[in-house]
Amino acid sequence: MSKKRSRLIAEGSDWTLEAIAQYDTEIGRIAKNYGLDTYRHQLEIITAEQMMDAYAAIGMPVYYHHWSFGKHFLETENRYKRGHMGLAYEIVINSDPCIAYLMEENTLTMQALVIAHAAYGHNSFFKGNHLFKQWTSADAIIDYLVFARNYIAECEERYGLENVEQLIDACHALSNLGVDRYKRSPPLSLEKEKNRQREREAYLQAQVNDLWRTLPRHDAAVEAAEERRFPEEPEENLLYFIEKNAPLLEPWQREVVRIIRKIGQYFYPQRQTQVMNEGWACFWHYTLLNTLYDEGRVNDGFMFEFLQSHTNVVYQPPYSSRWYSGINPYALGFAMWRDIRRICETPTDEDREWFPDIAGSNWRETFDFAMRNFKDESFIAQYLSPRLMREFRLFAVLDDDSKAKLQVDAIHNEQGYRALRMNLAEQYNLGSSDPNLQVWNVDLRGDRSLTLRHFVHQRRPLSAQSNVALEHMAYLWGFTVRLEQQSADGEIVLLGERKTEKRKPG
Amino acid sequence: MTVRIVDRRQDSRNKSSINRGRFIRRFKGQIRKAVSDAIAKRGIRDLENGEKIGIPGKDISEPQFHHGKGGVRESVHPGNDRFQSGDEMDRPPPNAPGQGGKASPDGEGLDDFVFTLTRDEFLDIFFDELALPNLVKRQLARIDEYKRVRAGYTQSGVPTNINLVRTMRGAAGRRVAVGGPYATRLRGLQAELEQALDEAVPDETEIDRLKREIACLKARREAVPFIDPFDLRYSNRIRIPQPSTQAVMFCLMDVSGSMDEAKKQMAKRFFMLLYLFLNRSYEHIEVVFIRHHTTAEEVDEDDFFHSRETGGTIVSSALKLMRQVIGERYASSAWNIYGAQASDGDNWNDDSPHCRELLADSILPLVQYFAYIEITEGEPQNLWDEYEKLATTHAGLFALQRIRAASDIYPVFRELFRKRLA
Repeated sequence: MSKKRSRLIAEGSDWTLEAIAQYDTEIGRIAKNYGLDTYRHQLEIITAEQMMDAYAAIGMPVYYHHWSFGKHFLETENRYKRGHMGLAYEIVINSDPCIAYLMEENTLTMQALVIAHAAYGHNSFFKGNHLFKQWTSADAIIDYLVFARNYIAECEERYGLENVEQLIDACHALSNLGVDRYKRSPPLSLEKEKNRQREREAYLQAQVNDLWRTLPRHDAAVEAAEERRFPEEPEENLLYFIEKNAPLLEPWQREVVRIIRKIGQYFYPQRQTQVMNEGWACFWHYTLLNTLYDEGRVNDGFMFEFLQSHTNVVYQPPYSSRWYSGINPYALGFAMWRDIRRICETPTDEDREWFPDIAGSNWRETFDFAMRNFKDESFIAQYLSPRLMREFRLFAVLDDDSKAKLQVDAIHNEQGYRALRMNLAEQYNLGSSDPNLQVWNVDLRGDRSLTLRHFVHQRRPLSAQSNVALEHMAYLWGFTVRLEQQSADGEIVLLGERKTEKRKPG
Repeated sequence: MTVRIVDRRQDSRNKSSINRGRFIRRFKGQIRKAVSDAIAKRGIRDLENGEKIGIPGKDISEPQFHHGKGGVRESVHPGNDRFQSGDEMDRPPPNAPGQGGKASPDGEGLDDFVFTLTRDEFLDIFFDELALPNLVKRQLARIDEYKRVRAGYTQSGVPTNINLVRTMRGAAGRRVAVGGPYATRLRGLQAELEQALDEAVPDETEIDRLKREIACLKARREAVPFIDPFDLRYSNRIRIPQPSTQAVMFCLMDVSGSMDEAKKQMAKRFFMLLYLFLNRSYEHIEVVFIRHHTTAEEVDEDDFFHSRETGGTIVSSALKLMRQVIGERYASSAWNIYGAQASDGDNWNDDSPHCRELLADSILPLVQYFAYIEITEGEPQNLWDEYEKLATTHAGLFALQRIRAASDIYPVFRELFRKRLA
C-alpha cells in the first residue's frame, strides 16, 4: 500500500450516495469561486419510470390529473421502450430549494454532469434572470401545485369527472393565449391563495353579476351605457378574461381556470429563455467539470465519458442532414456563451468594432449582466457575433407563399450579418410565433356574444385546429363566440362562429 | 455543509397510472374499435399479452390557436454549403429532411397515436364487449394456483433454506484459496528449520527466528475462518403458475357460403373466450380446428378463419371427423375434451337427426362440455330443434345459444362457469 493517496474524488462508474455528495461539494466549491449565485438545492434519485412520470407532468413533482398527461406518458413510454429516444438525463425544477432529479441508471460521471448542469447551471439562471425573478415565485410553486391538485381533485368529487375534464380541456386549448405577456402577475402564495379563495369567489361572482345586471336602468343611464365598450381595452389574455368576466361559470370553475392560467404563466419564462438558459447550464457544466479536471480531481476516463455526452448534447446538424430539426437551442446557447467569454478575453478587431462595450471586459461581470437582463430574442439580437454566424454557417430563407420559389436573403457575410441576426432573434419572439388574438368586443346589451379578433401578422393564417379551439372558447363563455380576422390593410372578415345559448329559455 | 440527497426510488411508483387510466376511459370507443381489429388479427391462443393499439391522431389532438401554413415566413438555418444571398430554390416537399419541423404545430396530417395496452387493460376491454360478470372476469384474469419449484441458489435467504453442501463446498474452496499461500511458505520455512537443525553448529538465533515465523504463520493460517457469511448459499425457490392438467379444444365451424366475415368474427370471439377459460384451468391446451361444408377437414387457424368455400352443408361430417381425431390422438382418459361449434344453422334436413345421434352416442360421453352457437338473424331451423332435445337430455354437458351480438355469447358459458366455481 505504498501508492500515493489519490486526489480523485471518486473512481469507477457506479455511483454511491457518498460519491454524489462529494462531487456536489467539490462542484459547489468551484461554482462559488466563479461567483455563481444559486438557491439551495436538493438532489433526488429516481427511476426511469419515475422520470417518465415526471415528463408527463412537465417535470413537476405534484400535478393535477388529466387524460392528456396520460397520453404524454404513453407516448414517452412507447418511444423509450422501442429505443427511439433516451430519456433526458435530468429534470430541474425552478423552486426554492431547487430540485434536481438524478436518474438511477446514470453512471457516476453522468450524475456529476447533471449536478453541474442542473443544480448549479439552471439553478443560478432561475435565481438571476429577471423574467424568472419577476414572474415566478420559486418559494411558493410547490405549495401552489399541491393546492391546485387537491382543489381539482375535490372538484372532481363534487361535480363529476366529466365536468372537470371538459373544463380543463377547454382551458388547455386556450393556455398558450392565457398568459400576460407584459404585465407582471402578483406572486403566488399558498396561504394567501387559501385565505382569499372564498373571499375571491364571492367577490368575483358579484362583479360578474353586476356586469350582467338585467334590472331596468334609469333612462338617463341607458345612453351612456350604450356608448360603453366592453372590454374597454382589447384583452389578449383569454383565460384571464374568461375567469373575470364569463357570465355563467360557477365559482369553482373560475378557480380552476385561474389555476391553469397561473401554472401556464409560471412556465412562460422557460419558453422565453430556452437558448439562454440551456446554453448557460451547458456552459457551466463544461466549465465546472473542466476546472475539476485541471485541479486533478477527476481522471481522463471521467473526462472522455463526460465529453462524449456533452458533444452529443451541443451538436448542431447542418440543414441538409437527416437529423436536422431546426436550430438546437443547446448548441446555439452554449456557443454564444463561449463566444461572449472569448470576446471578453481575447477580442479581435472585428469584435471591438461590433461589441465595443464588452470586448476586453471582465467576462464574469459581462456574463452576469447578460444572464440577468435578457431573454432569447434580445439576447441574440445583442450578442450574436459575426464570427459565430460564420462558424454556424447561418443563412436566412424567405418563404413567401405568394412567390413560386424560396429565396435566400442573407448569408454569413458582411452584408448579411445584421439581417441574419435580426431574423434569428425574431424566430425566438414568442409574441409573433403565437397568433395575436384578442377579446375585441362583448355585446353587453344584446345577445352577450363575444368577438375575438385575430390580427394577422405577415399574412399568416390561423390553422384548421382553431375552429375546435373556438368551440372550447364558446364552452367557457357560454354564449355565442365569433372569430374575426383583421388583415394588415384593415380589412375584417368573419372566420367562424359558434352559437351557444346556455341560459334557460324564458 | 453537504447537499441534501433524497432517494425517491421507493416511493410512489406508477404516479401516471391515474392519468393513463383516464386516457383509456376517455378514448374507450376508439380503443375498443382498435381492440376489435386486433382480435381479428391475433390468434385464439394469443390472449396472454398486451396489445399495441393505434388510434387516429386527430381524435386525440389537443387543439390550440396556432398559425397555419402560409403567409410570409423567414427562417434561419445552419450549415450553409452552397447558397449566396439572392439565390432562389424550389420549396422542399413536405416532410423532407431539412427545413422540417414546420408541419407539426398546425396538427394536420398527424399519424396514428400508437401505444401498448397491458394484458389487464386488453382483457378488460375484451371482457367488456362480451358483457362478462365481474366475478367471472376475476376468475379468468387471475392466476391463482402456484407451484414452488427449485431455481438454483442465491446468496441471501432465510436460515431454513441454507444449502449445506453448497455452503461447505464454497467454504472449503475459500480456505484453500486464502490459506494456500501460507501453507506454501510454511513448508519452505519448515524445510529451512530442519536444515538449520541439521547443521553441525546450530545457529540458535536463526532457529529462533524461524520458529517464531512458523508460529506466526500457523496462527495466521488458523485465523482463516472455517466458515464465513460470504460462503453461505441458500436454496432458491420460485413460484410458477400451476394449472391442473391437459385439455384439447375442438373448434368446429361451418364455412359454407352463408357464413360471412362478420359471423366468423363472432365465432372467433366465442372460441377465444372458451380458450381463455380453459387456459385458466389446464396446464396444456391443444386446439383442433375443423371446418366443414359438405365435407369436413382439419386445418390450421389461419385457414380456419380466412378461407371461404361454397356449397351445401352437412354438419355430421364435422362431428364424424371430430370423433375420429379423438380416437386417433386424444384418448379421453388422458385429455379433457371440449367442443365448440359455430354455425348459421343451415343443414341438410335429413342430416340433423343424424347429428343429434352422433353427439349423444359417441361424442358427449367423451367430452367435458360441448357448446353450440348459432349466429343468425332468422328463424331456428331443424338443426336447432334437434340440438334442443340434447340440451334437455344432457343438461350440464351441452349448451346452445343463438346470438346476434358478441354480448350474447356469455350465457353459453354461464353454466360452464357455475360448474367450475361450485
